[in-house]
Amino acid sequence: MEGKDIERRIPIGERPPEERIKDFEEVCLGYTKEEAIAEAKRCLTCSRPLCVEGCPVGINIPAFISYIKEGNFPQALEEIKKKNLLPSICGRVCPSEYQCESKCVLGKIGAPIAIGALERAASDYGEENHLCEGNSPSHSVGRVAVIGSGPAGLTCAAELARSNIEVVVFEALHEFGGVLSYGIPSFRLPRRIIQKQIETLKAMGVKLEKNILVGRTIPFRDLLMKEKFQAVFIATGAGLPQLLGINGENLEGVYSANEYLTRVNLMRADQFPRYGTPIKRGKRVAVIGGGNVAIDAARVALRLSAEEVYIVYRRTEEEMPARRVEIEHAKEEGIKFLYLLSPIEIKGNGEKELVCKRMALLDERDASGRRKVRETEEIFNLKADVIIIAIGQKPNPLIPSLEPTLRRGKEGEIIVDEEMRTSLEAVWAGGDIASGAATVIMAMGMAKKAAESIKRYLGVT
Amino acid sequence: MAKITRKEFLAQDIVLLEIEAKRIASNAQVGQFVVLMPYETSERIPISLHNWDQIRGTIQIVFQIVGRTTSELSTLDVGDYIYTLLGPLGKPLELAEYGKVVCVGGGLGIPPIYNIAKGLKEKGNEVISIIGARTASLLILEELIREASDELITCTDDGSYGRKGFVTEALRDLLNTTKIDLVIAIGPVPMMEAVANLTRPMGIKTIVSLNPIMLDATGMCGVCRVKVGGQIKFACVDGPKFDGHEVDFADLRRRLAMYKEEEAKALEEWKARI
Ligand SMILES: Cc1cc2nc3c(=O)[nH]c(=O)nc-3n(C[C@H](O)[C@H](O)[C@H](O)COP(=O)(O)OP(=O)(O)OC[C@H]3O[C@@H](n4cnc5c(N)ncnc54)[C@H](O)[C@@H]3O)c2cc1C
Ligand SMILES: Cc1cc2nc3c(=O)[nH]c(=O)nc-3n(C[C@H](O)[C@H](O)[C@H](O)COP(=O)(O)OP(=O)(O)OC[C@H]3O[C@@H](n4cnc5c(N)ncnc54)[C@H](O)[C@@H]3O)c2cc1C
Ligand code: SF4
Ligand code: FES
Repeated sequence: MEGKDIERRIPIGERPPEERIKDFEEVCLGYTKEEAIAEAKRCLTCSRPLCVEGCPVGINIPAFISYIKEGNFPQALEEIKKKNLLPSICGRVCPSEYQCESKCVLGKIGAPIAIGALERAASDYGEENHLCEGNSPSHSVGRVAVIGSGPAGLTCAAELARSNIEVVVFEALHEFGGVLSYGIPSFRLPRRIIQKQIETLKAMGVKLEKNILVGRTIPFRDLLMKEKFQAVFIATGAGLPQLLGINGENLEGVYSANEYLTRVNLMRADQFPRYGTPIKRGKRVAVIGGGNVAIDAARVALRLSAEEVYIVYRRTEEEMPARRVEIEHAKEEGIKFLYLLSPIEIKGNGEKELVCKRMALLDERDASGRRKVRETEEIFNLKADVIIIAIGQKPNPLIPSLEPTLRRGKEGEIIVDEEMRTSLEAVWAGGDIASGAATVIMAMGMAKKAAESIKRYLGVT
Repeated sequence: MAKITRKEFLAQDIVLLEIEAKRIASNAQVGQFVVLMPYETSERIPISLHNWDQIRGTIQIVFQIVGRTTSELSTLDVGDYIYTLLGPLGKPLELAEYGKVVCVGGGLGIPPIYNIAKGLKEKGNEVISIIGARTASLLILEELIREASDELITCTDDGSYGRKGFVTEALRDLLNTTKIDLVIAIGPVPMMEAVANLTRPMGIKTIVSLNPIMLDATGMCGVCRVKVGGQIKFACVDGPKFDGHEVDFADLRRRLAMYKEEEAKALEEWKARI
C-alpha cells in the first residue's frame, strides 16, 4: 500500500439515513471480512505503538490487527480478549476516536486506523470458534457477590469465574446489562450482542439473579454475613438522573433521558400498545444536553416518528462530549443542533415552550480545556411538545445511603483505592459508581483491577 | 418469576393475591411496596404490601382492577407465575413510640394500613384506625384491621355501613375530642389531601403515602418525582411516605393524569386481543 491509499480509511458500511430512521435495527453494518483485511493492511505495526497508550485496558492493538491482515479473525479476537472480555460491545460503543485512534501515528498524515471497527470485525468473524473458555467451575475456590449487571459487574464476574471462583450477580431490573440494556438503544448495540455475553457468562458457571435490589431485597450486610459471600463487588452504576431544577420541569411530556430511554429500550414502548408501557410521541422534540445520552434520546425520538428533533446544548459542537460518529449519524438523520442555549423555564402544556438564555462563548478555558461560556440577557424560545433532559447522571445512592460507613465523595461516588477497595472490609467497587458517569471501557478496566485484587484477597492466583 | 399461592376476590374488582417470595417476605418492613409485571409485555406497576409471612415465605397484595395492567394481573390464577416481582421497595415507616396514632385508610389504602397499624400497635402505640369506602361491599378487610388496632371506626360515603360520610369527617370528630400525636393517611389523592388540610392548622404530624406513576422503582428514572417542601423527591426511593403538610398535591394530581389517553388505548388493545 502506498501514496494516497495509506491516508484514506476504508469506509465503514452504514444503512442510509432515510431507511434506518424507520426502525431500531443497527445503523452501522461494520466491515466485511475483505474490508477489514484491507483496513488492517494500512497499519504500520509500529514497534512503539502509540495507539496502545490510548487504550484504557492496554489491548495489544498492532498484534490483533496483524492477525486480521492474515485473515485470522479467531486469533485476532483471542488477542483482544486477553485484555477485553466484551469486544463485541466495545467495538461498537467505545469512544475510540478519543482513545486509541486519537493516538495512531497515521492520524498525522491522514485518517487513523479504524481500530474500533476492526475490533468489532474481530468479534463479528472470530467468535464461531470459542467464546467461552472454561466450563462451569469444577471446584469452587471462593464465593463472591457482584451487585449490578452492567459492564463493570459482567467483567468482574467473568474474570473471577475464569479462576474457578463461584460468582453470583444480583441485578435490580428484570433484564441484565445495565446501561447496555436500558440506556444504549438497539440501533447502536443490538440486544443479541448483550444476550450473547450473558449466555457466555452463564456457560462459564456464573449465576445471574434478576429482580434483586441489594439493600432492599437482600440487606447489604447479609451478603457477607448470612449469605456467606467472602467478598462483594459493588457495580451499581451512575443511574441517578440530574434535573434542571427549573419551573415547568414536572409538566406532562418532560422526561429525564433515563426515563425516556428506559421506556423504549427496556419496556418496548416503541411497540405500545402491544407492550403496555406508554410514551409520548412528540411531533417536535427538544433534547437538552450534549453527551451520548442526549444524542441517543434524540435519535430514539426520531424513530418514534417525531417530525423535528432538536439538540439544545449550552456550549458548541467542539465541546460536546458525545462520540463524533454519533453526532455525525444524528446530523445525517436530520436532527438539528442548537448551540449556546441554556434552558431557564418550560411553559405551557401539551404544546410547550422551552425558554432559554443565549450563552456567549469566552476565550478563557476551564480545567478540562473547554472554552467557558457566560449567560447573556438574550432570550430564545423553542416550541416543543416533548422535552428530554439529558444533562448527566450521578452515582446510584441507594447502597451508600444505607451503609453510612461506606466512604463517599462529593458527587456521591464510592471512594476506592488503587485496587478498587472501599472503606469496608471485603468490599470492592468499580465502574460508574466509583468514577461517576464514564464509559464502558473505563468501567471494565476498573472491574478487572478489582477482580485481580479480590483474587489476591482470596488467595487465588 | 413468582408463583401465586392464593387468590381471593375481596369485593367486586378487588383482588387479594398471595405470592411466593421468600426474600421479600424475610426483608419486608412496614409501609413498603413491590413493583411487578404480570406478563413480559406488561407495564411495571407498584402495589403496596398488605401482609407477609416470613416462615411460609409469602407476601400478600391487594389491588383494584382499574386498567390494562391490573386487568392482566387479575387473569393470573393460583399456580400461575408473575413475570417480574421486585421488592420490598421504598423507605419503611419508622416504628417509634409516637403515642396515640390514627391510621386512616380509604379504599385501596385499607390493605397497606393493616401492616402499619399492626406494627405501630406492637411497638406500644395506641392505634385508632378509620377505614372508609364508597359503599358497604367495598369496605374490605374490616376484621383484620380491627384486630390490628385498639379501636376501629368504619365509614361509607353512602351510609350503607358504619358511619355515613367521608373518613375525614370521622377524623375531624376524633381530633376535636382526643389528643392525637400522629396521623397516617393512605388512600386516593383527594382523601390524603383533605386529611392534610384538616390536620395542618391543628399542627398534628401527618404522614401520607404517595402513589405517583412509577417505572423502574429503583431511583433510576425520576418519573415518580413529587414536590415536597418545595424540593423534588423520587417517591420510589425517598418515599413513598412523606410529610402530608409539605406535599404539593396539585402537582401529583397532574402527573398522575399524564397518560389517561394512552391508558385507555392500552386497555382497549388488550381487551381486543384476549
Ligand atoms: C444513554 C447512554 C449512552 C451511553 N453511551 C456510551 C457509549 O457510546 N460509549 C461508552 O463507552 N459509554 C457510554 N455510556 C456510558 C456507559 O454506558 C457507562 O459508563 C457504563 O454502562 C457503566 O457501567 P457500570 O457497570 O458501572 O454501570 P451500569 O451500566 O449503570 O450498570 C449498573 C447496574 O446495576 C444495577 N443496580 C443498581 N443498584 C443496584 C442494587 N442495589 N442492587 C442490584 N442491582 C443494582 C442497575 O440496575 C444496573 O443494571 C452511555 C450511557 C448512557 C446512559
Ligand atoms: C407506592 C404505590 C403503591 C400502590 N399500592 C397500590 C395497592 O396496594 N393497590 C392498588 O390497587 N393500587 C396501588 N397503587 C396504584 C397502582 O399502581 C395503579 O392502580 C396501577 O398502576 C394501575 O395500572 P393499570 O395499568 O391497571 O391502570 P391504568 O389504566 O394504566 O392506570 C390507572 C391509573 O393508575 C395510575 N398509574 C398508571 N400507571 C402507573 C404506574 N406505572 N405506576 C403507578 N401508577 C400508575 C395513573 O394514575 C392512572 O391514571 C399504588 C401505587 C403506588 C405508586
Ligand atoms: S499507532 Fe496506528 S499504525 Fe501504529 S500500530 Fe497502532 S493502529 Fe497501527
Ligand atoms: S420510579 Fe423511576 S425513579 Fe422512581
